[in-house]
Amino acid sequence: MPHTLEKQRHILDFTLASLLRRKGKNGALFTVYTLIVFILASVMFFTYALKEEASLVLKGAPEIIVQRTLQGRYAPIPVEYGVKIRGIRGVMGVRPRVWGYYYDPVFLANYTIMAPEGVNLPPGSIALGSGISRMRRAYQGDTISFTGADGKARNFTIARILPEESQLLSADLILMAEGEYREFSGLPPGLASDLTLKVKNPKELATVAEKIVKILPDSRPIIRNEILRTYDALFSWRGGLLIIIMSAALLAFVIFAWDKASGLSAEEKKEIGILKAVGWESSDILFMKFWEGLVISLTSFLAGTILAYFHVFLTSASLFAPVLKGWSVLYPQFQLTPFINPGQIATLFFLTVVPYTVTTIIPSWRAATIDPDSVLRS
Amino acid sequence: MILNPGILALLISSLLIGFMVLYSAVHGAQILRRWDITSGSELQLALERKTYLISTILSYFLGIQLVSLFLFIFTVDSLSPLFVGAMCAVGSLTVNGYGYPTLLLKLVNFILAGLWLIINHADNAGYDYPIIRKKYLLLILLTPLILAESALEIIYFLQMKPDIITSCCGSLFSPASRGIASEIAAVPVLPMKIAFAVTMGLTLITGTIFFLKQRLGGLFALLTGGNSIVSLLSMVSFICLYIYEMPSHHCPFCILQKEYGYIGYPLYAALLLGSVTGMGVGVLIPFRNKPSLLLTLPGFQRRLALTSLISWIIFTILALRPILFSSFRLE
Repeated sequence: MPHTLEKQRHILDFTLASLLRRKGKNGALFTVYTLIVFILASVMFFTYALKEEASLVLKGAPEIIVQRTLQGRYAPIPVEYGVKIRGIRGVMGVRPRVWGYYYDPVFLANYTIMAPEGVNLPPGSIALGSGISRMRRAYQGDTISFTGADGKARNFTIARILPEESQLLSADLILMAEGEYREFSGLPPGLASDLTLKVKNPKELATVAEKIVKILPDSRPIIRNEILRTYDALFSWRGGLLIIIMSAALLAFVIFAWDKASGLSAEEKKEIGILKAVGWESSDILFMKFWEGLVISLTSFLAGTILAYFHVFLTSASLFAPVLKGWSVLYPQFQLTPFINPGQIATLFFLTVVPYTVTTIIPSWRAATIDPDSVLRS
Repeated sequence: MILNPGILALLISSLLIGFMVLYSAVHGAQILRRWDITSGSELQLALERKTYLISTILSYFLGIQLVSLFLFIFTVDSLSPLFVGAMCAVGSLTVNGYGYPTLLLKLVNFILAGLWLIINHADNAGYDYPIIRKKYLLLILLTPLILAESALEIIYFLQMKPDIITSCCGSLFSPASRGIASEIAAVPVLPMKIAFAVTMGLTLITGTIFFLKQRLGGLFALLTGGNSIVSLLSMVSFICLYIYEMPSHHCPFCILQKEYGYIGYPLYAALLLGSVTGMGVGVLIPFRNKPSLLLTLPGFQRRLALTSLISWIIFTILALRPILFSSFRLE
């Protein structure tokens, strides 16, 4: 055993020296390889971190949300629906929620206005999300004006700015007292935006949802897990789509690698010829090529992955965040929490190192079976 | 089809592997037909060179196959939130009828490719390639299995449809309508414990006898094969339960997760290595009388037996540790 190890060590030693002798060629390969790994890793890290972020956020969401549909579209729900739903066995509580969107024509942005129960705000004042505050340069104590549903402008005093930590959720949020919001938005009393349900036993969720549809055929219950599932599918889909688009680049890289591996220079051929003439076997040359591939792959893979880590978690994926986050004017500014698991690394490995390795097998074999006699003579 | 990076990676690699294996099978067939060690013709020289190519391809294949086995389980597991009623990989694998066959073929192909490499190694040690025909016949038999694995995997992923919210309604997917299993039906615990103790004990004993005295090799290989199956069933039946400390969670995949310290990886790695090397001892027995292998083969078989024994011991220690040292009791 030690003999085999010693032999491989010497071959690796020789390979490293020979790689360093051809800095130009290998440098180009390393750069392209690293870039490919970097792009793919950034996409994967970013979508995965967003997915985790979304699922963390949704942990606090209500178990079931009941919406009403009218003409196949989402519509305000009568509050008395809650009374009927409360009668279903297993439902621990029903709460109407009042909220809506507001389009700001000056800043071309959509805000979310909520009127939560028991919000502590003096009359005529609101709480403002940090994103809006930043964009409109409005701070605590300032007065801000919004146009209501009747076309009249109303002034509100900013009672406080919502904390920065919850930016992902509250960047575009405005909190208002319920009565004021109904007056502002024109939502008649007796109607709510949707109902939230508390159900104690998670196994009963599907049954409760089925019963709600039976009692109230125009309602649309949504279970929290379904939202999670949809987000999950959505983010994976975006990541997958980007990878499909980048597969052209991946293909180009594979062709590049093939070309680099099969286009041996006269000098390299001569080197292999001499090695075989002094007693190296074809299998030794194949080992050398294996180590060569391993050194290049691992170096590029590590470099690309580390660069992607910095890109995604320190600069918040500045290069292609807009594609992956979705369309919005008011982006929350936040730093993603790093979520990386071995499966992601393995996926990345399969998308980059495996195609590279497979394409270089045949060129390496061709190099390894060069006839020393013919090379040295030419 | 779900556009997920993991699925794309698996599909790309299985297409590449399918192509490479097909390529080497074509050359293997050529070797099988035209091989003549006594000839000095140009064709024979080219064929001898091709043996290097094929063994290189197969060695890479084995490595890729091992990682892809785990990546497959990981990806399938990460897809489980997309299906109503699926709790982990067990549920996603039953989404359609191609999940478990793919996994099974992946395991079988891994073991067969491992055995092929063992035969290849033994063959290369002899100066006249004494078992080259059998080797390439095995390769040609292996090819359809590997292609079938790629095909099954592709169909499995293409036929997946996630249960996501549609605009008309949420929530009305019922898990019963599709028959997703959230748990695996398992063999009763006590008979399985006895079977595990017996086969593992016999395997270790015959392996030691073979290592020391070069006897009972065939029996050892057979027992290793049986032991692999019994060990896999035991994982589902009781070993996993002790690791999870839950009396009804039989999933053999969740032990690969972080919550359980990734203990599944060394467990399965030891199991696979023990199986391949142990069976390798048996596969080589028919070739012991080849004159050019007389010197090298016995030593190689002993090394294989030793590797297998060490792997099984590691597997046993890892499996028994939670059984002996946790406060969880099944009975």
